[in-house]
Amino acid sequence: MARCAEPHPSAAPASGGAHGAPLLHSSAVRGRGNRRCLLIGLAAAVLALAAIALAGALAAPAAVATDFEAKSLAPFLAHPFGTDWMGRDMLARTLAGLSSSLFVGLIAAGVSALIALALASAAALGGPRADAAVSWVIDLVMGLPHIVLLILISYALGKGFWGVTVGVAVTHWPSLARVLRAEIMQARSHPSVALARSLGQGPVRIALTHMVPAVLPQLLVGLVLLFPHAILHEAAVTFLGFGLSPDTPAIGVILSEAMGYLSGGQWWLAVFPGAALAVAVALFERVGSMGRRLVDARTAQE
Amino acid sequence: MKQDGIAGARQPAVGALAAVPGSVGRGAGEGAAAPGASGPAAPAPAPSAHGDGEFHHHHTHAADTRHPGRHHLLTVQNLTVAFDMYDADAPFFRALRRRQEVVRDLTVSVHTGEILAVVGASGAGKTVLADCIMGRFASNEEVSGEIWFDGELMDASGLERLRGRGISLVPQSVTHLDPLMRVGAQVRGAARGETRSARAADARRRAERQRALFADYGLAPEVADLYPHQLSGGMARRILLMCALMDEPRLLLADEPTPGLDLDLAVRALGDLRRFADTGGGVLLITHDIELALRVADRVAIVRAGTVVEETARESFEDPSLLRDPYTRALWHAMPKHGFQVGAPTGDGDRPACGPQGAGEDAAGANR
Amino acid sequence: MPAADLPARPAPRRTRPPRGGRALRGLVRFTTLMLAVSMVTFALVGLSPIDPVKMNVGQVSYANMSAEKRAQLRSYWDADAPVAERYARWASAAVRGDLGESLRFSRPVTDVIGERAAASLALMAAAWAISGVVGVSLGVLAGAHRGRWPDRLIKGYCFVISSTPTFWLGLVALIVFSVWLGWFPLGFSAPIGQSASAVSLGARLHHLVLPALTLSVAGVAGVALHTREKVIDVLESDFAWFAQSRGESPRQVLVRHGLRNIALPAISLQFAQVSEIFGGSILVEQVFSYPGLGQAAVTAGIGGDAPLLVGIALASAAIVFLGNAVANILYGLVDPRMRQGGAHGTLR
Repeated sequence: MARCAEPHPSAAPASGGAHGAPLLHSSAVRGRGNRRCLLIGLAAAVLALAAIALAGALAAPAAVATDFEAKSLAPFLAHPFGTDWMGRDMLARTLAGLSSSLFVGLIAAGVSALIALALASAAALGGPRADAAVSWVIDLVMGLPHIVLLILISYALGKGFWGVTVGVAVTHWPSLARVLRAEIMQARSHPSVALARSLGQGPVRIALTHMVPAVLPQLLVGLVLLFPHAILHEAAVTFLGFGLSPDTPAIGVILSEAMGYLSGGQWWLAVFPGAALAVAVALFERVGSMGRRLVDARTAQE
Repeated sequence: MKQDGIAGARQPAVGALAAVPGSVGRGAGEGAAAPGASGPAAPAPAPSAHGDGEFHHHHTHAADTRHPGRHHLLTVQNLTVAFDMYDADAPFFRALRRRQEVVRDLTVSVHTGEILAVVGASGAGKTVLADCIMGRFASNEEVSGEIWFDGELMDASGLERLRGRGISLVPQSVTHLDPLMRVGAQVRGAARGETRSARAADARRRAERQRALFADYGLAPEVADLYPHQLSGGMARRILLMCALMDEPRLLLADEPTPGLDLDLAVRALGDLRRFADTGGGVLLITHDIELALRVADRVAIVRAGTVVEETARESFEDPSLLRDPYTRALWHAMPKHGFQVGAPTGDGDRPACGPQGAGEDAAGANR
Repeated sequence: MPAADLPARPAPRRTRPPRGGRALRGLVRFTTLMLAVSMVTFALVGLSPIDPVKMNVGQVSYANMSAEKRAQLRSYWDADAPVAERYARWASAAVRGDLGESLRFSRPVTDVIGERAAASLALMAAAWAISGVVGVSLGVLAGAHRGRWPDRLIKGYCFVISSTPTFWLGLVALIVFSVWLGWFPLGFSAPIGQSASAVSLGARLHHLVLPALTLSVAGVAGVALHTREKVIDVLESDFAWFAQSRGESPRQVLVRHGLRNIALPAISLQFAQVSEIFGGSILVEQVFSYPGLGQAAVTAGIGGDAPLLVGIALASAAIVFLGNAVANILYGLVDPRMRQGGAHGTLR
């Protein structure tokens, strides 16, 4: 095509588009690949997880080592987080506490995601009765405040590690189950599934080739997003006295012990361990919400 | 696309090209000589400088069609729209971003007093065109080309300023009405004015005009107190049109104004557009339904795969030999009254939109 | 705690069953929920290896106790009967309004709950109102300025707060305002043993401020983020675009269409928030030694006080249900689609 009388430098807001015509609007997100960033973020989160777990394991002996020469010290170089009334190093205790929190969180979030997947599949594929049953269970679990249900379950299991882990796992799946149910239903009604079925593919193959790819991103993101909740609730339940036993260095234990020393002005007993927990939670929340943006339809192209 | 496109700092005068064939260099010189000049005072030939049926601006029509101020009311020229998105075929995490063109080098014009129907299958880029004219761009969208309104070249902010102040949109569906606001208030819209009293006066004027419009379009005054979910399809359509007419536009941009309506109501809705055009306004009617378009439009632009393959007078559709493009001719053959020959040479599997029968299917997936 | 698990609002139904039918259905749902909750809690409590007798009498005196004394105590605590039998007995009494006797407080469960609920409701209502007003305002501000600095600031705040354990927030508040500044009483100086009527209103309010603020600060994050999402949804809707296409400025669109459409989800969110606030109040009450339901729940759980635990679980479920029910009723009152549901296409 013969192009003529172009461009118009004066009248156009910005000259030089792909065709040499004035640019009315330019893409703001050009060239960025956030999906890869998500992968990198996930990898970084896993690394951070491993690093904290390792540090926690290394710090475990130091976390319980008492030193009555150096008790109730405010933070300084040798003890950046200070020491408690038994002379235990708070940095070591915090690291060990974080690693046990992460451990509980990991198991609980993983199990919770599996429960969500199983119930979502049942609801989406098992017919209207199964759907109604699942939604009733969701209503029941949502009908009690999380913490109350957690206390009950932990109490039923005699508190301790299993009490809190099972409690968190059993209470955190409903929101993810809802998302996955919708996702599976959408995948099932996709024309390609009907086509595969008419071509005689078995249900397992269809599930593997059509359902899993559609559901996996949501499941991964959901898992990562469950993680911070699981950690926070573990710490909360432990803090209330229904979680990890008082002799394990856990953030909840540390903070509930610290309560008794606050009036004495030993602020570092509470401030640093809690802040460390918040940072760990924020890290996973960030990665999770980044992932959510990528798999949400509205922002999927960013 | 063998024809010469023309452009100037002012909107190229209608027929300039036809009058001076091979004016390629001339146009460029003019653009350079008059930077910033974008007023309508083009030193151009007389309004009907092009002859009857002569090809200008990618289209033809009779010489006596109105070109007030010697330019088109709206000209979209060489519009190219690309989205920057992930490769949908690649695996999720390995997907690379790529540029996907949905509109390519599209040119189309609207005169005053006429209805131009832009016809194409869903996904052909019609709605993207409408969004561009309204100055609505997605963040991952890249748009180049020119849009002229009433002789002035518009940039993105210019198009934004024209919203409701020159160009009004008649949207597709009742979802464009606020579900929690009574329709009378929606038709009246937001009062304008710098001062409180100016706004009050404008509000009174709007109330008056709303009542007049209701009477004019045969809606009972009580309808103003209804909420959108209480409207029937035909009523909703009129309310949407009245919302657009409230602002006394010069150009109506009607985006698929007939889906969900039975033929009767659809024809009536299009009749309303005709009325507006007959009072001197211009209408750009976007539709997938060529039969309906041919009922009411003066000229028809056929869009396929993001570009206009043919922009021609309605009369050309009376005889396929008057149609220049093979796709348009295929479309002609595919129309019910010409015997549904869908197998006609349409090219790469791009099914032409055709008739109400085909329209039903199209409407389901139509428009993003 | 972050509020990511707020239940999604049930989609408004277009056609409405008759009023009586709806009330009846609500009642049936409430009854089945209460039944299910009581069964589940009873089963859970029955499962527990924690021995209420040991827990309440104390290890040392339990070891020193004679066998007859133990048996007498066991029958008093009802520890030997099978769970199903105990449940049947409890349920038949519960229907008559008798939730049993609290083992820890040696008073009827209903009395304990009634007294504690009053304190808890004051705390929760204050936090609920503050977090609602502030949260919705921040959410609207952020949503309207999506991507620009107010949005980033508010999102950042919500992000930090929702990553922060509520009880830690309470501890920090205690350190700063009670220990350092001395503006508010330290939690443990609260007169726990004293009966509620003996404390003056001023003193009670004084004890209320810090817990309520802590709970509000935590609640704001969830409300603001959800409101922001809704604002963005509304501003991206077809009707917001149509208003804009008619030349309305973003501000006009927000005022004329946004707020109207945000009000509904905000109301239901606010009531769905009750569950979160209740959960948070348990932690906050523990931190500030605030004599409410949450603290009683912890005491009951630690002490193996099964009847009180079941009673509190029921009370919390009832409060959450009530929150959702009020949200639904308000929705029906405000939304014209619910109010005049049947009128589809009646006018032509």
